[in-house]
Amino acid sequence: MADVTLNLNGRRRTVDVDPATPLLYVLRNDLDVHGPRFGCGLGQCGACTVLINGTATRSCMTPVSAVRGEITTLEGLAKDGRLHPVQQAWIDEQVPACGYCQNGQMLTAAALLQRNPRPTDEQIRAAMAPVLCRCFTYYRIQAAVRRAANAAATA
Amino acid sequence: MTIDDLLDRFAAPSRREFLKTSGRLVVGVAAAAHAGPLVTAAGGRAALAQGAGPYPDPDFRQLDSWIVIHQDNTATFYVGKTDLGQGTGTAFRQIMSDELDMAFDRTTCIMGITDVTVDQGGSGGSDALQVDGWPMRRVAAEARRVLLDMAAERFGVPSDQLAVNDGVVWVTADPSRRFTYGDLIGGRRFDVTLTGRTINETTGVAPIKPVQALKYAGTSPPRDDIPAKVDGSARWAVDVKLPGMVHARHVRPPIAGATVVGVDESSVRDVPGLVRIVRERNYVAVVCEREEQAIAAATRLKVDWRAPATAPFPASDDLFTYMRRTTPTRSVDPQATGDVEAGLAGAAARIEAEYEVPFQGHTAIGPAHATADPSNGQLTIYSNDMKSYGLRDGVARFLDIPRDRVRVVWMHGPQAYGRTAADDAGFEAAYLAQRLGRPVRVQWSRAEETAWDTKGPAYLVRMRGGLDARGNLMALDYEARAADYGHLGYNEHDTVLVAQLTGRRRATPAPGGAAAPSDMYAVPNRRAAMHVVPLPLVWETPLRTGNLRDPNGPQVTFAGESFIDELAAAAKTDPVEFRLRLLAAGTGDDAGVRRARSIAVVKAAAEEYGWRARPSPGPRASGDTLTGRGFAYAFRNQTIVAQIAEVEVNRRTGRVWVRRLVCAHDCGLVINPEALRRTLEGAMMHSLSRALYEEVTFDTEKVTSVDWRTSPTLTHLDTPAAIDVVLVNGDPNPNRPDLPHYGAGEAACKPLIAAVANAIFDATGVRIRRVPFRPARVAAALQAARV
Ligand code: FES
Ligand code: FES
Repeated sequence: MADVTLNLNGRRRTVDVDPATPLLYVLRNDLDVHGPRFGCGLGQCGACTVLINGTATRSCMTPVSAVRGEITTLEGLAKDGRLHPVQQAWIDEQVPACGYCQNGQMLTAAALLQRNPRPTDEQIRAAMAPVLCRCFTYYRIQAAVRRAANAAATA
Repeated sequence: MTIDDLLDRFAAPSRREFLKTSGRLVVGVAAAAHAGPLVTAAGGRAALAQGAGPYPDPDFRQLDSWIVIHQDNTATFYVGKTDLGQGTGTAFRQIMSDELDMAFDRTTCIMGITDVTVDQGGSGGSDALQVDGWPMRRVAAEARRVLLDMAAERFGVPSDQLAVNDGVVWVTADPSRRFTYGDLIGGRRFDVTLTGRTINETTGVAPIKPVQALKYAGTSPPRDDIPAKVDGSARWAVDVKLPGMVHARHVRPPIAGATVVGVDESSVRDVPGLVRIVRERNYVAVVCEREEQAIAAATRLKVDWRAPATAPFPASDDLFTYMRRTTPTRSVDPQATGDVEAGLAGAAARIEAEYEVPFQGHTAIGPAHATADPSNGQLTIYSNDMKSYGLRDGVARFLDIPRDRVRVVWMHGPQAYGRTAADDAGFEAAYLAQRLGRPVRVQWSRAEETAWDTKGPAYLVRMRGGLDARGNLMALDYEARAADYGHLGYNEHDTVLVAQLTGRRRATPAPGGAAAPSDMYAVPNRRAAMHVVPLPLVWETPLRTGNLRDPNGPQVTFAGESFIDELAAAAKTDPVEFRLRLLAAGTGDDAGVRRARSIAVVKAAAEEYGWRARPSPGPRASGDTLTGRGFAYAFRNQTIVAQIAEVEVNRRTGRVWVRRLVCAHDCGLVINPEALRRTLEGAMMHSLSRALYEEVTFDTEKVTSVDWRTSPTLTHLDTPAAIDVVLVNGDPNPNRPDLPHYGAGEAACKPLIAAVANAIFDATGVRIRRVPFRPARVAAALQAARV
């Protein structure tokens, strides 16, 4: 066990854990941040996605001691009480079914729009492809990504 | 579930108090529902120690068990269902607000907590509105009647001189004389006894409203569970954290049917945080203080297993050969009209074909999990079990504790579609919590879930058909074999996995079932025969069958509707035209006018698509991309569905992309059209995933599809460019009474696999009769046919 300090959603948090522990379990079990969820623990599904310095990262495969920079989870996506455009689009399109995968979907979409504010349909498919949904909400997710891009463009 | 729901959940003691107390004002419910946050300042969840119980069932014959009106003129509905992400909770609020005459946005709905909500069994069978919606409507109508009577007494006028809207009652002649429902009863009990032998029959004396008087039914308020799922505030069964809670993971048999010879506890002695190794017969779990420790311990624990003397099953590559050869354990009575053999013998043209659908898993995005708290001699289980009431009953029997000392708190969970109807993790958490005397959280691994979850049965279907000289279908024979022996029931204490592995299982496996396609085709000579075939290993096997979203529908409709397409092609007739002729050939109809509605739905799908009549296959393009369209139709109970898939098939790679999907759907009265559309999209895409990718693979020892690489699924790359849903919603005859709300969800899973197969045939002239249509299989078939 060792003290590890994380910058999480704008706050510094220190935990005493085995440094090899995947970030996912530290966030969920020690820091009570439940946006990222366990889906596979193998880097294959995206349910555990967090943003590290704006890059969509699989927290199930990231040792907590390897994290450098600012972690943003679903809980930290809204700013000043306003939902992120991706979150608003998710509500407007009524995207989630069970919702279990949607943390990974929304954060991956947010990271995509950050680096490419006007993605083509093909770019949306390619960027979102590694995030799985077993309620198969892909059609609405892609519509919501387009909606969020349009909203940001006209804002 | 809104955060209010969750708060209400933990207000269960005051809720029980409310149900017990008579007459007097009880502020407990409303106050507790909005009392201090459950999420503590540090962001952690406050965990309340459980009382000792007991947890009696809310009495469904008491109006107070269903509806509470608060002083602020809001209402809470308590229903015994669970919402798996289809928006049923929102739909319940719509129909109950309508009958109660309450403003929709002043209502909330609590679901699936065994000691707080009446036992409607939870979810399953797409019957939320078809079955359970009726008592909800009737009790809400009864509450409205009681409130109007109260107002009449307060105003001193007969109730027929009162008007009511959105929870406000006034004297028709003098609208300044008004009360809200909250004024009339806020926070107090109705104390009205209902009647009905069963919960589904529950009723008061008030009639429900005619369809035309419903204001919220048929509109699409946004789903109330979505905001919290989007902003991260929703609380899930995976999130539950209790004081003193420990984490459990399993070690499963590496070979199906293997038995434990010994466990080398020293192999994990150096794993920090190890609390206990639990082993009973072939059930092995490790329990640690922290989750990552439990993962490490489960990986490292050395267990000495003895392999079974005979192979538990054939390899998946040999499955259909095995099923063909194996003597059935059960043959369902055949359905027959006319004389199918004579019809075939007299036919001008005869064709036959065999179709194969492998085992397919539920493969939920989140592996099974549950947390159980054994404090104070009671047992509380936090679970995403879609049938929370059954879990309570099953656990009480499995652990031999009184039923009213067990309660199940249903919470959000990953996609279930039948998986959590046999909720292994809920039983395991309860079992371990009882053994350890501490709260235990059970979490399955990805490999464990993909290998050991319940499976949809594999099917082998042989079909024969005979056409007369003019291309009319004279005889149709269907013979199915389903690998479904030992099919799991709902949360049975003696068939869930932990009961099997600990040897506390029943002696006789369930007989299993096999089904036939559901259609309204009139064929003069027709037979459907169905058999169940067993695998060698019946218990303690990862190839356990359970109910997977319309348990047999996609498989049998793949066979039935592919073969109808083959017959249409043999008759050189347009496949929609061929089906319409078969539908119109029958004269009789049932009370739900399924024939007339089938015809209307088939036509609606064709019209929405812009279907131009021609036989399949169509003219073939010269490039690498071949395009085609395919049609299929089915019904489930009284819900009719027709679907069209438009595909692009890459001639060289064999990749199939469904670029457009059309669905015409008639489930009677639609409560929330937008929520329904999304449910239908998801259902179609689920079957598309099954059509293109899904197959449980295994060698002669174990399942080998264990993660997302070995068990591929549909991804964003496969998403159609367009999905068009037409809600047909109704009887084509305007002179008949309005249709009730039927079920929706599973019906739309049925025709899609066949529609895709038919589209591939239309594009390429090659018929694929084996699911899934992965690129390698399609490419090989095209190559063999020199396409
Ligand atoms: S849980 Fe991390 S990618 Fe699946
Ligand atoms: S919404 Fe259920 S897994 Fe994506």
